[in-house]
Amino acid sequence: MFEFWSRLWGRQGAGCSKDVAKERLRTVLVHDRASVAPQVFEKLKIDLIRAASRYMDVDESRTQVKLHRQDSAVALVANMPVLRLKHYTEQNNKAARRGDGRPGKAQGRPAPRH
Amino acid sequence: MGGEVIVITSGKGGVGKTTAVANLGTGLAMLGRKVVLVDADIGLRNLDIVMGLENRIVYDIVNVVEGRCKLRQALIRDKRFDNLFLLPAAQSRDKDAVTPEQMKALCQELTRDSDYVLIDCPAGIERGFKNAVAGADRAVIVTTPDVSSVRDADRIVGLLEASEIDSPQLLINRVKPSMVRRGDMLDIGDVMDILAIELIGIVPDDEDIVVSTNRGEPAVLDARSRAGQAFRNIARRLDGEEVPFMSLNESGGFWSRLKRLVNIGR
Repeated sequence: MFEFWSRLWGRQGAGCSKDVAKERLRTVLVHDRASVAPQVFEKLKIDLIRAASRYMDVDESRTQVKLHRQDSAVALVANMPVLRLKHYTEQNNKAARRGDGRPGKAQGRPAPRH
Repeated sequence: MGGEVIVITSGKGGVGKTTAVANLGTGLAMLGRKVVLVDADIGLRNLDIVMGLENRIVYDIVNVVEGRCKLRQALIRDKRFDNLFLLPAAQSRDKDAVTPEQMKALCQELTRDSDYVLIDCPAGIERGFKNAVAGADRAVIVTTPDVSSVRDADRIVGLLEASEIDSPQLLINRVKPSMVRRGDMLDIGDVMDILAIELIGIVPDDEDIVVSTNRGEPAVLDARSRAGQAFRNIARRLDGEEVPFMSLNESGGFWSRLKRLVNIGR
């Protein structure tokens, strides 16, 4: 509601110092929180490797996960050397789908009755 | 009785922690609760002068933990309310004079015979902070709507979690409605967005606070003070009452403006 009136009065816009403050705070807090809890990145790295390993073999020892700041944006950058890509077969696909919690064909279909 | 220990903290100095403790403590006493204010800012004693009790100090918190006096000998009864007490900090000692274990034991002893124990935490995140939060059940984080204070408040949220004090509540102090309207001050929604913790109250910037501190009379005692009204509301919320954020219409113009800038439900 307030923002609506402010816009109506033309008082709030890109040049507002509070918008600058909010953006700067957002960025700096991503880094602050990351620097006081480095173990978060270790856990994230393990999860990312586990997800990628369903499709490819990755070099775990050389995998790096970090934040990259550019201007006012922060990106998560994962550098994960790929050793070998797995063959994409129906079997792999089912396995990946089962990983998502959906039943695979083999499990889902009832045994034929005779 | 089994009272509650609430630490008032901020990370950054000069945001109004001591003023908040004095006003919330007096506000809770006005509601008939038995309250003890503990000044944990050892070496930089100030809660006594803000409360107007600086001439009554005989013993302090360090004397108590070192066993030089009994706890009740060090407690100073407030001039205005006989259910409000102050345990002053030591002025000539440093933060190491009390350990977290001693603080915990002290808080336990104080809650046995009171409804609320409010702890005035020193600025910073070192020893003094750790001592002040050691015995606390709950925390109120004081911030002003500026980048350095909000950043430090975020750090405190993390440290409180590590000390197993979950869900701290946020008190936003010194809000200037005219600057918020111009878009030159973070509004309540912005601060809540960034810190993502529960809001317990908003206190407008008010010259009455300076006057009341000069006199040693907390602003909650002044029925006409806007900041005093805000602190009275927060005291009621601390006590578990549901007080709508800015539905008060006593000083119409101001509150309706504040209502607009709050821009949040509840």
